Amino acid sequence: MSIATAFFYIFAVVTIASAIMVITVRNPVHAVLFLILAFFNAAGLFVLLGAEFIAMILVIVYVGAVAVLFLFVVMMLDVDFAELRAGYAKYLPVGGLIGAILLAELLLVVSAWTIAPESALRIGERIPGDVTNAEAIGRVLYTRYVYFFELSGLVLLVAMIGAIVLTLRHREGVKRQNIGDQVARDRTAIEIKKVETGRGI
Amino acid sequence: MPPALAIYAPIFPEIFLALAAMALLMYGVFGGDRESEVPGWLAVLILAATGALVLMQAPGAVQLFDGAVIVDDFARFMKLLILGGSGFALILSFDYLRDAKILKFEFPVIALLSTVGMMLMASANNLISLYMALELQSLALYVLCAFRRDSVLSAEAGLKYFVLGALSSGLLLYGCSLVYGFTGTMSFAGIASVLQTSGSNIGLVFGLVFILCGVAFKLSAVPFHMWTPDVYQGAPTPVTAFLAAAPKVAAFAMLIRLVEDAFPAVATDWKQIVIAVSVGSMLLGAFAAIGQTNIKRLMAYSSIGHVGYALVGIAAGTPEGVKGVMIYLAIYVVMTLGTFACILAMRRKGGHVEDIAELSGLSRHQPMLAFMLAMLLFSMAGIPPLAGFFAKYFVFTAAIQAGLFWLAVLGVLTSVVSTFYYLAIISKMYFQEPAANFEPMPGKLRFVLAVTGVITLFLFIPINLLVTAAEAAARSLF
Amino acid sequence: MNLLLADYLPLVIFFGVAMFIGLALLAAPFLIAPNHPDSEKVSAYECGFPAFDDARMKFDIRFYLVSILFIIFDLEVAFLFPWAISFKEAGLFGFWSMMGFLGVLTIGFVYEWRKGALEWD
Repeated sequence: MSIATAFFYIFAVVTIASAIMVITVRNPVHAVLFLILAFFNAAGLFVLLGAEFIAMILVIVYVGAVAVLFLFVVMMLDVDFAELRAGYAKYLPVGGLIGAILLAELLLVVSAWTIAPESALRIGERIPGDVTNAEAIGRVLYTRYVYFFELSGLVLLVAMIGAIVLTLRHREGVKRQNIGDQVARDRTAIEIKKVETGRGI
Repeated sequence: MPPALAIYAPIFPEIFLALAAMALLMYGVFGGDRESEVPGWLAVLILAATGALVLMQAPGAVQLFDGAVIVDDFARFMKLLILGGSGFALILSFDYLRDAKILKFEFPVIALLSTVGMMLMASANNLISLYMALELQSLALYVLCAFRRDSVLSAEAGLKYFVLGALSSGLLLYGCSLVYGFTGTMSFAGIASVLQTSGSNIGLVFGLVFILCGVAFKLSAVPFHMWTPDVYQGAPTPVTAFLAAAPKVAAFAMLIRLVEDAFPAVATDWKQIVIAVSVGSMLLGAFAAIGQTNIKRLMAYSSIGHVGYALVGIAAGTPEGVKGVMIYLAIYVVMTLGTFACILAMRRKGGHVEDIAELSGLSRHQPMLAFMLAMLLFSMAGIPPLAGFFAKYFVFTAAIQAGLFWLAVLGVLTSVVSTFYYLAIISKMYFQEPAANFEPMPGKLRFVLAVTGVITLFLFIPINLLVTAAEAAARSLF
Repeated sequence: MNLLLADYLPLVIFFGVAMFIGLALLAAPFLIAPNHPDSEKVSAYECGFPAFDDARMKFDIRFYLVSILFIIFDLEVAFLFPWAISFKEAGLFGFWSMMGFLGVLTIGFVYEWRKGALEWD
């Protein structure tokens, strides 16, 4: 067993274990922390595959931003989590049965899994040896795959508009600073008076 | 235009629509951000202009971006339907939004961006472009469902739709990865050619099943329909109208191209699933709607049933079947928008009402509205010579020609059952003591109702035009 | 591929050492520190009082809005990295495709600026 294989098993086992913890621990904040651990290990798996860029993005975007957002949401939810879990035991038999069926199906897939012989020919050319992973992505993402790239821009735009439309509320009666107005004030708005010493106005 | 850009001419309508949506956003945010109908009307104009751009394109199929996008007659037909559905749904929205105090310029902008996604779904020719277009469309729809954010029902609808929609996107992606793992290609044509030579495999079938589950969810077909009644009821009514019309067309366009272009070699596999889903949807649509008291929930079950009927055409798997689905969708969009115009007219001093009981004796106060609604409901049930009859006629004939005799019989039987609840509404309107009168119908609703009503009533005269157009469009797939 | 992984050897060693030190410091007190648990030790002190209710409270939705807007621009920046290092190969077309992408998000940015989503109140 090579070192890479050993690391694969370490990462894979920790990913799965922490994913299970995410849905089983009682404290939602701990669940998010386990989610972060799962993301980290998934990033490790990506590194093993040679997809360094994706691995780093996973750490930056998912761990750095999405997980933090999850923490916000978890803190924002003013929910009695113990009460939510009350139904757990009730649904366990049915859920367990469905899970078992899915698992059996997946085992069926894995055991009978083959790859079409000609698919190996179709898989895109490997990354040339002399460029880094991110550079190889850059060479195709902005030219050959420009359509997906621009479309993702539109998806982000919708997300932005949606977030603002659904959550932005301006509180009434709050005095806001208007920098433009402040800067645009001219001298007529103020009056300068010479005050002689000792006289007062 | 610079010659370098000319190769992108086939997707100019989509580019135009996206740019115009952004321009509209800028107009709205710089125009003082006040309640106004202007952005909405501009959006309707933009949709009309986009439709004109689509119509101006030369016939024939063109592929773009390494085959990620295909623009052919089929895509154009579907795009025109989508644009029409979105445009009329927007016209329906003004009065309701004003009443609910949510007449914001973001509404038409998000609707336009969603329409871009739907049009690209109709053109998707590769698993990634399919997924991206689907996400663009769905994300915008989640926002629209929750648009009336101060209403608990609307927020619940948006949340429910979002969570289940994300789940279904996950299923779809998992299926895509399984298919990619087996075939080593994302393009529909590539998948088809690999399957041609190496045949089916259990892993691939699982991939196919997961993809179909994801699509069935977007179509709200049984057994992935659970979200539909709640979302239809909770979402603001114009959003429900929007949701019931154009996205269904886009999802069908995507499904048809997927199964006909990527998986023709494993047709026996996907046909079983499509038939099962279709049977389930027809039965549920017919029986579950009977006990409903809320008209929007009733429309949800009715739309589930209609999806089931349209799927019969896909199950046939022939050019005839695809033609039938296209005709079905065209007529379904018209009938649905007309019915929602009537639902939006159910308005009293205190606001909109949604109970079916409120329609009692409508014929006494507003005979014209009652007649139109009755006619549209008869059409939905499939009574000749109304448009809905032709819709069902073409899919059922295609099924019979493809040897699915029993499926067609089941379709007819469930149609008879569904007639029951349509008739229940009609008898309420005509034979029961009148409830209080509704507010007079706003002009925009009248306009939509008149257009859709005339089409539904008199489609039997120019039906051949629609059939020829659908036939030509369906041929481009085979 | 092994060459690539060999590049990460220092990182692996670093993590190994860091984890060892961290765990060692965590485990050492259990072994060597004096340990006499008493319920009085964890109770509120004389002048303190037990908590009235849960410390969890509703956060203002604006935290959420700010962070979601941050994520969107975070993603946008993530797209800039490969673009910057393959600038030469991507050519003029690559340049303009990125400008288009940035243009779309700038529209979004102008929108959120004008809407006042970046102001706290």
